This record gives sequence, C-alpha cells and structure tokens, in this order.
Amino acid sequence: MNDKALATENVSVEFDSIHVFRDLTLEISRGEFVAVVGPSGCGKTTLLNLLSGFLKPTAGHVISSGRVRMVYQTDSLFPWQTVAQNIALGLRNIDDDKERANQLEKMLRLIKLDEFASHYPHQLSGGMRQRVELARALAGDSDVLLLDEPFSSLDYLARLHMRRELARMLKELPRTVVLVTHDIEEAAQLADRIIVMSDRPARICRELRPQLERPREPTHPAVVEAVHCVLMELGLEGSQAQSFLETPVA
Amino acid sequence: MTEKHVPVAVRLLPLFVLLIGLAIWFCLSRLGVFPESAFPSPVAVARGFGIELRSGRLLDDLIASLFRVSCGFLLAVILGLPTGLWMGHHFRSRVALLPAINFFRSLSPLAWIPFAILWFGIGDLPAIFLIFMACFFPIVVATVSAVAAIPSIYFRVARDYSFSGAELLMKVTLPAIAPQVITSLRVTAGLAWLVVVAAEMIAGRDGLGFAIWDARNGLRMDLLVVGMIVIGVIGVIIDRILVRLMKISSVRWGYER
Repeated sequence: MNDKALATENVSVEFDSIHVFRDLTLEISRGEFVAVVGPSGCGKTTLLNLLSGFLKPTAGHVISSGRVRMVYQTDSLFPWQTVAQNIALGLRNIDDDKERANQLEKMLRLIKLDEFASHYPHQLSGGMRQRVELARALAGDSDVLLLDEPFSSLDYLARLHMRRELARMLKELPRTVVLVTHDIEEAAQLADRIIVMSDRPARICRELRPQLERPREPTHPAVVEAVHCVLMELGLEGSQAQSFLETPVA
Repeated sequence: MTEKHVPVAVRLLPLFVLLIGLAIWFCLSRLGVFPESAFPSPVAVARGFGIELRSGRLLDDLIASLFRVSCGFLLAVILGLPTGLWMGHHFRSRVALLPAINFFRSLSPLAWIPFAILWFGIGDLPAIFLIFMACFFPIVVATVSAVAAIPSIYFRVARDYSFSGAELLMKVTLPAIAPQVITSLRVTAGLAWLVVVAAEMIAGRDGLGFAIWDARNGLRMDLLVVGMIVIGVIGVIIDRILVRLMKISSVRWGYER
C-alpha cells in the first residue's frame, strides 16, 4: 500500500515569468499533519492550490489520493444556508438519507453547535463560523484537509481555542492535514512536521518535527523551541541551543 | 432600535401624520385659500369616493391598472433576470451590451408613448409595453452588478463540493444575488406603478391613470383626488408586499450583515 497521501514531484509554477516554485519536491504521508510557514508571498497558498488540484503546475507532477477538502482564509460558508445545510454540503456524496442525517448530527455534536443547527452564518461568532467551516470540510469521507490560514481572522484567545478544537476533531476524525499559516506558534502547537519555506522561488529550507502529543500547550518548552527555530530560520531571531527537537535536514 | 422592539406608540406615528395631514387639508379648504373647484375638500373627496365605489368604476379601473402592471413587470422580470445572469457571467456580452442597456435605461419610458400607440393601439398592450420598457433595463443592470459582486470564493466552494450546471445556478448563483435583486424589484415595481398611470392617461380607455385624466377633463377635481389617493395607497401596498420578500430567512443575510 502506498503511504503517500500527497506529493509534489519536481513541481514548477510560473506566473507571468515569476517563478513561485522551481523543482519543488514534497511528500506527505497518510495521516500526517504538516504545517507550512514562510515569508509572505512565498507561495504557501499556491502550494495548497496545487495540492487541491485547483492549479496545474507549469512542470512536474502533483499526486493526491482520496477526497481533498479545503478550508479558506475568508468566510466561505454560504450565507443563505443554515449551519446544518452548510455542513450537509460535505455529506453530498452519501446517498442514504438516514445515514446522511446521522452524520450531520454527529458533526454538529462534534463542533458543539447542535443548538445552532438552524442558525445562519451571520448570526454566529467568528470562532463558531470557523468550526462550521471545519465541520463541512471534515464531513463525509474526506481524506485530506487543506487549511489556508483558517484562524487568521480570529483574535488570539479564539485562535488558541480553535487550535485545541482542531486537535480534538482530528483525534476523532483523523485526516492528512496541510496547514498554511503565518502563525508560527499555531504551526508549532499542531503540526507533526513544520516546513519552513524560503522566499520566491520557494524551496523548503528547513523541516522540524516536534515530538509531542496533541493538544500541546502554547507555552510547552517543545512548542517554544519550535517557534524559536522557525524564527531563527526566517532570520527573525538569534541562535540558541535546541534540546526538544529532532531536526532532520530537508 | 430593531423592528421587533418598536413600541406601539411609535408604530402609530404614521397614523398620526395622516391625521395631521387631513387636518391641514381640511383647514386649507375651509379657509378658502383656493376655490373649491381647484381644491376639493376632504368631504367632497369622500363623497366622490362613495360614488366611484358604488358605480363599480373604481374597482374596474383598479383591476385594469393592476393587470397591466403585473403583466409588464412580470415580463420584465422573466426576461430581465436571465439576461442579467447571462451578462453577469459573460464578460464579452457585458462589454457589448451594457452601454446599450444603459442607453435605454436612461430614456424615460414616457418617450416611447407615441410608438406604443402606433404599434399597439389603445388599451392593455401599450401600457404593458411601456411598463416593460421602464422595468426591464434596471432589472438587467441590477442583476449584472449583483452577479459581478458574488465573491469568487463561493464558486470555489461550489466547485469543491461538485456543483455544476443548473444546480450551481439554483443553489449558488441565485441565492447569492437574491438580496440585491429583491431590492431592485422593489424599486422597479414602484417605477411600474408610476408608469402605468402616465401610460393610461394617454393610451388608455380605462385604468386609474385614465380615471384621473377623465376627471380632469370633466373638471371633477374631487374624483381626481380619489384616483390619486388610490394610486398612492396601492403603491404602498405593493411595496409592503415586496418588503416581505426581504424577511425570507435565506435572504436576510444580505440586509443584516
């Protein structure tokens, strides 16, 4: 059995003679949680668009197996549909009505919004809306979850809360996850592997593998250490000894 | 203050304004600022109302006008919405047609009256034509701009969850433009009601517009005011009915966000 859920093989992407990627090779195993961090404009979202099949590479191959779902940075719930109807979008492939209703109920319970099933997105808080977005993407038999800065519009405390929620949901419904984020702490708290990208044309300049169970406290030494390493890699902090991390070279 | 929490006393304010208006009208006619023949008193108008109602003419005129407005307006919606949707989705058609649409939108529909009579004679058809000309172009423009304003993320999500064809139209595009389209329907329905009166004055043998014209020719200012009041009241009722569309739960996001 192939253990790869997603992969890019020597992928190049070019927009109007701007090289976003040149020969990018990346493999993501089934069930792995990968976070991608890097300078603004380095092509993190482009990477997700490649993996989702929305964008075709100029050269090279993208391999993805299974159903891929994406959670976007901007509000992407249909405002004319209720919470339940929005989540049900993710269950469209289930033919049996009863099974679909069961799954919907399960998802509503999972995101703790059963009481809000018939509310509309504009009647919810930002954090609640984001939970619905996650539920929609997790619903049904999706295999891969692509997250494009899903919590960037939330305040810090809500973000902390959502990280915990995401970890909890994934424990119940394990998925292969690629998280693109500006928030290095978020990456350190959630990911099995953190990929640090360079400026354009982006290459992987470092990979970190925090060895710690989720959910992780934001102040846990391993998380702090990972944040430090990423910041150092991005040239935003000076060097310091590492003790909690195993850091294979990319 | 939200609409739900308006106290009864505040809700009755329009009635209060009506009473003050009636009082001023009454005073002006009693003071004889204008002669009775040019400024009918509320009592004369009420009497005229009774006469028109008993003779059945008022109801006939009302039905005739409503029929024309309904036909012209519905025709404009049935043809204007798809045209707007098509133009909204096709850049080239938008570039090609929008200047022409704006040209016709800027023309007062009343300018078409001579042609309406030449082409369709007297009766229902010219009025329906004029109402159509008044409503069609604004509906197209409103729909085009509503489609253009749909955030592209909705189409991206629709693609992710494999919507296409008719389903994409019915479950994504139409609900996404519904709030803006409803607002434009409110405006154009008001326009239709304005135009029907003018059309019937010139190209009609019945209808509220004709009734006003007929009253003017017979120097019956009391009946003229009866016609004016009925037209205003129906206009308000039509708007109230369309406002109800804005309360549908799946379009409220467009007004409450």
